[in-house]
Amino acid sequence: MSTSWNDILDLGDRAPREVPQVEEEDSPKKLGAFSRLRESLSKSRRALTEEISSSLFDRIDDETWERLEEALIYADAGATTTASVVEKLEHEVDAGQVPADGEAIKARLIEILAEIASTNRAPINLSAEPAVLLMTGVNGTGKTTTIGKIAWHLQKEFGLSVLLGAADTYRAAAAEQLTTWAERSGAGIVRSNEGADPGSVAFDTINAAKARGSDVVIIDTAGRLHTQSNLMDELGKVRRVIEKQLPGAPHETLISIDATTGQNGLRQAKAFAEATPLDGVVLTKLDGTAKGGITLAIATELGIPVKLIGAGEKLEDLRPFDPDDFAHALLDEG
Amino acid sequence: MFDQLSERLQSTLSDVRKRGKLTEDDVDKAMREIRLALLEADVNFKVVKSFTTKVKERCLGADVLGSLNPGQQVVKIVNEELTELMGGAGRDLVFSQKGITVILMAGLQGSGKTTATAKLAMLLKKEGRNVALAACDVYRPAAIKQLETVGKRAGAVVYQQGADADPVEIAAWALDKAKEEGRDVLIIDTAGRLHVDADLMDELARIRKRTRPHNVLLVVDAMTGQDAVGVAESFSEAAEFDGVIISKLDGDARGGAALSVKAVTGKPILFASTGEKLEDFDRFHPDRMAGRILGMGDVLSLIEKAEAQVSEDEAEELQRKMANEQFTLEDFLKQMRQVRKMGPIGNLMGMMPGMGAMKQLKDVDVDEGELDRVEAIILSMTPEERAFPELIKGSRRRRIAEGSGTKIQQVNNLVKQFDQMRRLMKQMATGNMPDPQQLARMTGKVQRPKVRRR
Ligand SMILES: Nc1nc2c(ncn2[C@@H]2O[C@H](COP(=O)(O)OP(=O)(O)OP(=O)(O)O)[C@@H](O)[C@H]2O)c(=O)[nH]1
Ligand SMILES: [Mg+2]
Repeated sequence: MSTSWNDILDLGDRAPREVPQVEEEDSPKKLGAFSRLRESLSKSRRALTEEISSSLFDRIDDETWERLEEALIYADAGATTTASVVEKLEHEVDAGQVPADGEAIKARLIEILAEIASTNRAPINLSAEPAVLLMTGVNGTGKTTTIGKIAWHLQKEFGLSVLLGAADTYRAAAAEQLTTWAERSGAGIVRSNEGADPGSVAFDTINAAKARGSDVVIIDTAGRLHTQSNLMDELGKVRRVIEKQLPGAPHETLISIDATTGQNGLRQAKAFAEATPLDGVVLTKLDGTAKGGITLAIATELGIPVKLIGAGEKLEDLRPFDPDDFAHALLDEG
Repeated sequence: MFDQLSERLQSTLSDVRKRGKLTEDDVDKAMREIRLALLEADVNFKVVKSFTTKVKERCLGADVLGSLNPGQQVVKIVNEELTELMGGAGRDLVFSQKGITVILMAGLQGSGKTTATAKLAMLLKKEGRNVALAACDVYRPAAIKQLETVGKRAGAVVYQQGADADPVEIAAWALDKAKEEGRDVLIIDTAGRLHVDADLMDELARIRKRTRPHNVLLVVDAMTGQDAVGVAESFSEAAEFDGVIISKLDGDARGGAALSVKAVTGKPILFASTGEKLEDFDRFHPDRMAGRILGMGDVLSLIEKAEAQVSEDEAEELQRKMANEQFTLEDFLKQMRQVRKMGPIGNLMGMMPGMGAMKQLKDVDVDEGELDRVEAIILSMTPEERAFPELIKGSRRRRIAEGSGTKIQQVNNLVKQFDQMRRLMKQMATGNMPDPQQLARMTGKVQRPKVRRR
């Protein structure tokens, strides 16, 4: 039912070298990321959400819509998205398209949210040989950790050989950090000195991947605020170096968005998309209490879908994004 | 979209001036706009609710006959309340009377603790203190190496025992060592942790117990959304933090999270981290933050500055002149000098309510040299010419150009632009906001908004 790794990865002609046994969601011990998210709700937070969801659709009046708005605002969906979703739902109820019944309205709401979250859904394109994945995002959002997790999955579940490029030559100890993830995941790594040109690290990595016959290259980049135009230009340059070195690459460019991020997330995605076209979002830190509702605005306004979610700091804490699960979790509905 | 808060309030409240008092209905309308602006700024919705209730009370029946228009009046009240809510009793770091001062850093993953630790060290070093850092993030790969590198840059010694040691033990050991070595301050960097991670929150509480810090600081990312409140509450419970460092304020996030955290925990925001360099770290100014959250520049200080510079009578006189197109070049010169006294024009533009909204104007590149030239030109005119600029023709132009060391063309331009401005002022004085295109044409030099293309 839930989106599986096979759904979210386009491996092209490559036959999986190992049978993926990734359907951990089914095993009783391993709960889905979103259930874990719900499980870990703090007491105060739980009280609040219970307050919202229990009384949300008991009676349908002005207060219902107001509470609904609050639930969405609380999930960081933002005023614009919230207003349009609630308006649409209210309209459908008024027009009799949706019965004025609590359960029916709730179901329809989740459907609407899931529809938005499904905008431009597409698998991560890893069909090329080597396939190049470029990881971007604001400082501290989880780029490097996500790369470690992706590399691990590709190696372990699909038997692909992965080479990491430490093109964050800016932050202190960034290459060391990525090296640790390379060791943990069994991927190779190409790195240079702090202060080296990130473009040349990307260049070297792709060359090495060609020479070694690696399946997938993942390039880590320095965290940067989307308002730092010089650094955003630099990102564009790294992309161009990659493109020149391997026509058609990068085949997949992802931005990591911290689920804790509020309305600024939209501006982040917008500015990054201007510097380098984005194919998808990795929504990280969903193991906390934040819902990542800003990705709805990113989907609506920029058409960039979430592809992966991060829910922890360990190698296995990465999952394919499932719009329906996400919509349920936004409203704290199992 | 909510950059236009001030204009929207002005149009919402445009007919209030005639009545002189804000009615409940007016205020409700205004509060709707305020609510949206605050939500867009990521202020927690519960905080927004109680805040607008409070502001509403103050606005009801507020006198709107003063020199400010009703929209500005509401903005002023909102701004004052916001500043109050964010500032309150000013508190700084607590320093131990004798012996070492301990500072414990805490926060979510990726919030910017390590960088803030180094920046704080740098700031305290500049104040003449001998600072040491303790590396207690044993979880994130290479976190210790990162602290060592940035600590070195800040000129602080870093105590570390590798990634296999227990963070509580490292902290206690580092404290002993710092005391032994006679350091003034020990800053303890800790791993980022989720507020719902019971084990790690417990670890933080234990570090706190063992080291008895004089200051526990929570680092909050300026881009945090609605979750900030829950996070702050949990950290407050486990670590009883004393103050907040708001990080990544150099981005374009409105930073409503800062307000929420302060409103809910009562803990002040002590420092703001505002850039890539270690020096980009400063004590926090609540008054500047209010305007930022509202998305409209530093309104209050602009209003105050304007009030201080222009007396009420003068203001009324000007208003009348502007409305009747009787504004002269002499008035213009006076105004320009007053405005320039307030500071560089570029800054003032940003502070001006409404200017934030006009994208074209945001990037207006004000040339101070140009203003000097304008002053020189006006000063070369006779009082009569200043009062009736339409007199300035032919030989007068040449004389003025020669007198001011400018070109005839420049004198022409000034006279022409002044004429346009006078008409524009009439519009503004009679309550219509000018069309941004018109304003842009008037100010002449407009940079196109930068569009990045591949
Ligand atoms: N709880 C939790 N923490 C995460 C997750 N992803 C990353 N982190 C943590 O967030 C912090 C920052 O992660 P990094 O991977 O270093 O982020 P980055 O974007 O590479 O950071 P910079 O390179 O410094 O910009 C680390 O402490 C990670 O362990 C997640 O899904 N859940
Ligand atoms: Mg990184």
